[in-house]
Amino acid sequence: MSVPAELRYTQEHEWVAIDGDVASVGITDYATQALGDVVYVSLPEVGTTVTAGEPCGEVESTKSVSELYSPVDGEVVEVNEELDDDPGLINAEPYGLGWMFRVRVPGGGGEPTGLLSPAEYEELTQSAG
Amino acid sequence: MTEFAGWRMPLRYGSETAEHRAVRTDAALFDLSHMGQIAVTGPGAAAALDYAVCGWPSALAVGRARYTMLCAPDGGVLDDLVVYRQADDRFLVVANAANTSVVLAELTVRAELTSPGDGAVVADETPESGLVSIQGPNAADVLSAHTDVPLDDMRYYAGAYAAVAGRPAWVARTGYTGEDGFEIMCAAADCEAIWTALSAGRPGRSGLPPAGLAARDTLRLEAGMPLYGNELGPDVTPYEAGLGRVVRLDKPTDFVGREALAARAAQGPRQTLIGLVAKSRRVPRHGYPVLAGTARVGVVTSGAPSPTLGAPIAMAYVPAGATGPFGIDVRGNTEPAELTKLPFYDRRKGR
Repeated sequence: MSVPAELRYTQEHEWVAIDGDVASVGITDYATQALGDVVYVSLPEVGTTVTAGEPCGEVESTKSVSELYSPVDGEVVEVNEELDDDPGLINAEPYGLGWMFRVRVPGGGGEPTGLLSPAEYEELTQSAG
Repeated sequence: MTEFAGWRMPLRYGSETAEHRAVRTDAALFDLSHMGQIAVTGPGAAAALDYAVCGWPSALAVGRARYTMLCAPDGGVLDDLVVYRQADDRFLVVANAANTSVVLAELTVRAELTSPGDGAVVADETPESGLVSIQGPNAADVLSAHTDVPLDDMRYYAGAYAAVAGRPAWVARTGYTGEDGFEIMCAAADCEAIWTALSAGRPGRSGLPPAGLAARDTLRLEAGMPLYGNELGPDVTPYEAGLGRVVRLDKPTDFVGREALAARAAQGPRQTLIGLVAKSRRVPRHGYPVLAGTARVGVVTSGAPSPTLGAPIAMAYVPAGATGPFGIDVRGNTEPAELTKLPFYDRRKGR
């Protein structure tokens, strides 16, 4: 299971990449392995405001549907439209082509609070079995 | 891995969609050793089973199999079963893992009523038995390289004692995928050798992938086959599930549930099991309400994304005679769905 060192994580198995005032969001390798093949993803619309810890979309896999939580506060500036045609990208490249949406974080720069380090996230997944 | 009726079972080995497609287009292997294997043997075995289940096992020729059900006195389904007649006085009953103890208890009580003494002996062989299933259009091609029984001559729902990978086994042309395929019952100690041999495929082709419970569920759903706990349970009779043909009211002898089932047959089913194809990409799932207009008329029993149809599919119970148009309440949103004749997929027609 891969947990890239340059990313931050959430308890809900999302990853966050901070670049300036924009946070890119996806779900982790661990999440995709737990879910199985993702068949559909419902993402927040560009321009909507999302709140850290609040649901902002859904991830449907063969066996289950899960809520997608925003890891940060801010305005959605871009969503990955490729996922509409090819949700399998989430399984194939959860940290790459399977990214889900980007959020402009108010205040600009600085790391949002409440996120987990790679080590903390790894510990979380190990204690979850 | 997941917990399933007390067994640790793989939900998937890799991609469940790839496993599903392997069964539809080539072949794949399932380890079904969790399923209950109950032997009913002795001179009274056939009579005991005739009383115990709603089918007619005594009418089965040796080497033939039948899908049947164990019903309660009120006609409710306690389990759906496949019964194999392995010899004149030996039947193998394959039960759902979660129901094995119920089936064992009911068969024992019912055998005691019809064949007291040692006329019929009911024995749970599950712990010392394994079950490997090879399913897919190329299943016969692969299995024939590993067995001495001529598979070309074996009809659907027939079986024979054979050697598989040099190990003694019962090979039957049965399955739960809507594809051609075989189920191989063997001693638990021989299971690994059989699995390993079949995994290797046959000379001149690549090996076979294993498939898990997730693919098994989408395969049986596409094939319109009921799953106990979803479409079948103690609150429905075989008639509600559209499986009235398994109830042999023409059987001359009494059986548990006959009176209730005959009444149900005369009155007609209270509900009908229907097939729905969702028009949106959101997946209807077990327990979601089925709507006609804004009124709740039924409930989804099974739903999943169908790899073959490329759309979400569902089976649902609605009142007999309901015609739709139907919608499905997917977490508060009404998603339109099209009524479809079951099965969703028929290998003889492609789909």
